[in-house]
Amino acid sequence: MPKIATRDAYGEALAELGEEIKEIVVLDADLSKSTKTNVFAKKFPERFFNMGIAEQNLMGTAAGLATCGKIPFASTFAIFATGRAFEQVRNSICYPNLNVKIAATHAGITVGEDGATHQSIEDIALMRVLPNMTVISPADATETKMAVRAAAQIKGPVYLRLGRHPVETIFGEGYEFKPGKGVILREGRDVAIIATGVMVAEALKAAEILEKEGINAMVVNIHTIKPIDEEVILKAAECGAIVTAEEHSIIGGLGSAVAEVLSEKKPVPIKRIGIRDVFGMSGKPEELMKAYGLAAEDIAEAARTLIISKP
Amino acid sequence: MQVSKEKLEELTKAARKVRRSIIEMTAEAGSGHPGGSLSCADILVALYFHEMKVDPQNPDWPDRDRFVLSKGHAAPALYAVLAERGYFPKEELKTLRKINSILQGHPDMKKTPGVDMTTGSLGQGLSAANGMALAGKLDGKSYRVYVLLGDGELEEGQVWEAAMAAAHYKLDNLTAFVDHNGLQIDGPIAQVMSPEIIQEKFRAFGWHVIDVDGHDFEDILRAIEEAKSIKEKPTVIVAKTVKGKGVPFMENQVDWHGKAPSKEQAEEALKALER
Repeated sequence: MPKIATRDAYGEALAELGEEIKEIVVLDADLSKSTKTNVFAKKFPERFFNMGIAEQNLMGTAAGLATCGKIPFASTFAIFATGRAFEQVRNSICYPNLNVKIAATHAGITVGEDGATHQSIEDIALMRVLPNMTVISPADATETKMAVRAAAQIKGPVYLRLGRHPVETIFGEGYEFKPGKGVILREGRDVAIIATGVMVAEALKAAEILEKEGINAMVVNIHTIKPIDEEVILKAAECGAIVTAEEHSIIGGLGSAVAEVLSEKKPVPIKRIGIRDVFGMSGKPEELMKAYGLAAEDIAEAARTLIISKP
Repeated sequence: MQVSKEKLEELTKAARKVRRSIIEMTAEAGSGHPGGSLSCADILVALYFHEMKVDPQNPDWPDRDRFVLSKGHAAPALYAVLAERGYFPKEELKTLRKINSILQGHPDMKKTPGVDMTTGSLGQGLSAANGMALAGKLDGKSYRVYVLLGDGELEEGQVWEAAMAAAHYKLDNLTAFVDHNGLQIDGPIAQVMSPEIIQEKFRAFGWHVIDVDGHDFEDILRAIEEAKSIKEKPTVIVAKTVKGKGVPFMENQVDWHGKAPSKEQAEEALKALER
């Protein structure tokens, strides 16, 4: 399968959806070539608003459009959408439960060479904590297209977490995407790997590594981090050990969300793979994944250690 | 534009009722912002009792004119005006800031009929108003969008992001008011962080600027008419106002920004508002 960045899939899906849903309008903050909203802009110039380098106003304007029945997709880099404009997202969008879709690209460290200032590793935590917000982090191009469509149909604010770097396409056309429903990609009984976004591909690779060692790993794709699918997490917990994997800080993201469910409902040993409370740096995406312990081998190693400590 | 004597009397009467409600409701709540509510009361009355195309029986009417209270702490003024216009029973005003009330400390569009945008965090209202104005243009609708900002609020950077965008998108269906009462929580705006010269700043951002006496209905209405005639650019009406207007012991006193009157003070205020 070809490698496609989820931002490219977003741009394509948005332009397609604009045909069907006339209420969709798109706003960007001078990054339309990078977020790929330029595809929509070319097709529907009158429904595209470039707000310039002003993310707070970007979010507030999207909110105002939503009060008049529009379905705004507001796009910029994840760090600015969720960090710079956090309070606008909170008070002007989430509190009044307005129908704004925040589709942010360049999430995580796979932004690469631009370095720490542009690598958003806190966005899931920031968006997850907001009432009324749905948080979706697709794993590949196929899932992104389905997520964009689903986001337009959800009534209320949605955060879509997208990446810059091309990733393997995991899912075929027959793949079923339901917001809020985790997907078991591989059955297993010794350990469960729960992953999101680009880490889903790594989790599948880790399961293959483990299989060669006689370890049977379940792999679960959590594309919707909020509302989280408790049922699938509890099912995974039957393995007796859980590794979570995300291209995000281990504080507040998928790992935290899973731990919250487990600690209240079914405590089992857990290890969180993610950025360990440090900032990123410049480098090639693949190099950074290794440097920060986000490679398939890191997941496999976490699984091995957990299995040994299993009661 | 000639405003009839009857009209002016009607507006003056409505404004007095609104001011009395502001005192009564903040006194009853034991907290709130009477100073900045009293300073913008006449502007809100001019809009809701004369200018704006709205239907209190159908607050979500898609073709209505919109109003965004960007200085959301003046919520008592907005609630008093909406109640006076019949959006909800005046009885509700007594529940301001109380548990489970439809009248939150700052405007909540999901709880209060007639509130077009949730506000309270300063600096965010103009952006939302821009969005409404853009939607109106996109849909070919003739409704107009009004937004009221505080002068201290102009210290927020987002206001100027939005000011730039309103001019860039030529939002001539948008009119902003600045409630220029010269005071903010920590003192005179000139001392805390001067946003002056307000008119020059908006002009430089590409806006049409009108100066008015924010307590003179003829002046306010004339400015609104002028704003409607301006094409291809948004208009800002800089309204010179008096914080605490109408209540002598509150006028120009910064302490009355965010403090409710006691029972006795409320009685004294209401007496002053009988005339």
